[in-house]
Amino acid sequence: MTIAAPENLVYDRPEGFTETPTHYCPGCTHGVAHRLIAEVLEEMGVIEKTIGVAPVGCAVFAYNYFDTDFVEAPHGRAPAMATGIKRVLPDRVVFTYQGDGDLASIGMGEIVHAAARGENLTVVFINNANYGMTGGQMAPTTLPGMKTTSSPNGRDVETQGYPIRVAEMLSTLEGVGYCVRRSLHDPKNIRLAKKAIRLAFETQVRGLGFSMVELLSTCPTNWGMTPVDSLKFVEEHMVPAFPLGDYKVGAGVAQIKA
Amino acid sequence: MPREIWEGNQAIAEAAVRAGLEAYFGYPITPQTEILEYLSKRMPELGRAFVQAESELGAINMVYGAACTGVRVMSTSSSPGVSLMMEGLSYIAGTEIPAVLVNVMRGGPGLGNIAPSQGDYNQAVHGGGHGDYQPIVLAPASVQEAVDLMTLSFDLAEKYRTICMMILDGSIGQMMEPINLPEMQPIQRKDWDWAVRGKADHERRILSSIYLDVHQEEKLNLRLLERWKQIQASEVRYKEYFLDDAEFVIIGFGTAGRVALSAVRLAREEGIKVGLLRPITASPFPHRAIDQLAGRVSGFLVVEMNSGQMLEDVRLAVKGRAPVEFYGRMGGVVPFPYEILSEIHRIAAGPLSVEADPRGAWLERMAHA
Repeated sequence: MTIAAPENLVYDRPEGFTETPTHYCPGCTHGVAHRLIAEVLEEMGVIEKTIGVAPVGCAVFAYNYFDTDFVEAPHGRAPAMATGIKRVLPDRVVFTYQGDGDLASIGMGEIVHAAARGENLTVVFINNANYGMTGGQMAPTTLPGMKTTSSPNGRDVETQGYPIRVAEMLSTLEGVGYCVRRSLHDPKNIRLAKKAIRLAFETQVRGLGFSMVELLSTCPTNWGMTPVDSLKFVEEHMVPAFPLGDYKVGAGVAQIKA
Repeated sequence: MPREIWEGNQAIAEAAVRAGLEAYFGYPITPQTEILEYLSKRMPELGRAFVQAESELGAINMVYGAACTGVRVMSTSSSPGVSLMMEGLSYIAGTEIPAVLVNVMRGGPGLGNIAPSQGDYNQAVHGGGHGDYQPIVLAPASVQEAVDLMTLSFDLAEKYRTICMMILDGSIGQMMEPINLPEMQPIQRKDWDWAVRGKADHERRILSSIYLDVHQEEKLNLRLLERWKQIQASEVRYKEYFLDDAEFVIIGFGTAGRVALSAVRLAREEGIKVGLLRPITASPFPHRAIDQLAGRVSGFLVVEMNSGQMLEDVRLAVKGRAPVEFYGRMGGVVPFPYEILSEIHRIAAGPLSVEADPRGAWLERMAHA
């Protein structure tokens, strides 16, 4: 018996992936988030009609890993680029993959208005509480008191403000069909995250409006923690600050869910 | 077909529609807002894409996205808005995809005003966004010419996978003139081998402006430059007026060139042998045409509605072989023909020197005017 025998296969590369190894740091949850998206695209049979929009940030090379057509946006502008694509190709599946610096700081205007217009796009939003690619600076999602390279004494809310809860904020907009927060810190939550990503793409293909899944994620390198401690940090510190849940499930989307 | 009276901005919008514009993204700003307003009605009634974006940043990145799919796409704005678009333009240039932008220029810098200006020549012609790239820049002098250049803008953008920008001042955008509009072209989605539309019928495609490997980036830089050389060799456009026997030549683009033509006609009635060269492509600049004139005329006068931005390009072409003089109005002031005529009188009376500093001398004359 060989371990490569198909009947023994328990884990394989999803069709939504290329064979390119990712560049992400060991223990980072970007790889998990990527895999969930790739699995969902494969299961929905939409790989050939999907166009992804990569951000500026750690996921800038996302286009190397997904086996779909892809474009690479300027920092924060992915929702605007995705709008341009979706408006001329409404039968395609268009998604952006954005981090917290990209989406919640420099790209706040683009994300809010794409959501307000009810663009039929899916946004996967990675919240790891810092700017990963540039080496761990304070992000809009950095927790109060959290040390980063640009808040070396811990984020002081008096001078550096408070974290932004994106899922809650966008859920107030009429154009939003589906808006939830999930976490990637353990297998149970990863399974829930995948379900949410599936539902977000289903929201899009049914034309039910803007969909976003916010994913609490780790950044072991810049947090200066082991991967395991990073997962604990998400559970113990990020989940309380960014509660998991369904912030908006439109009437049409609720019917799919049932 | 009988000519119809159209406002410049609306005529540009309709000309773009007839050239096959499939998607428009814009943001309100005077003096170009009528383009946005016109297309907000016209595009949806044709089943084409229209979005009033949240900002010019949003608008240009929607253009960027739509351009990646290979459709004819455009945005329009005015000076402060175009400044905001420079980020997106640089990315579009780096991604080598076609896009069309119209800048209906107004007085600046800063918020400036909403009066006609040519103050964005340098921004349009000599860069604007970061990195090494050059867009094609067209400069119409009438509503009819703007209409005619609209179709050309899309053709050139697609032919060279580049940005084609049309710069006109607010007076052309908002004046009404009799024009002939082109016939309506059907939408033709071309099967570009680079367009991102989902990989159903082709190998998967990626459009990006990122080249982390320095040698790959340099290859892109060289490719863009090679393409620019082709554009310079093939796409220079300008109009000549009374140049055959001219001893003095005025050079001006857009409205400044048009007003200068009135002055040239008045001077010709007086027997002064003066002509006009009006660049239609501000970029690629008609260096060769000016180079040839420099060998045989007694002097040049550059007229602009800015502080002498194109003046530097003219001086590069003339290379000190003939005197170059300058007359400009700024801040939203449009020169009168008589003002330019008195400049013609001054130049014709001489003496002129190739050593003179044309901008300094002009500033002195302005101070005493």
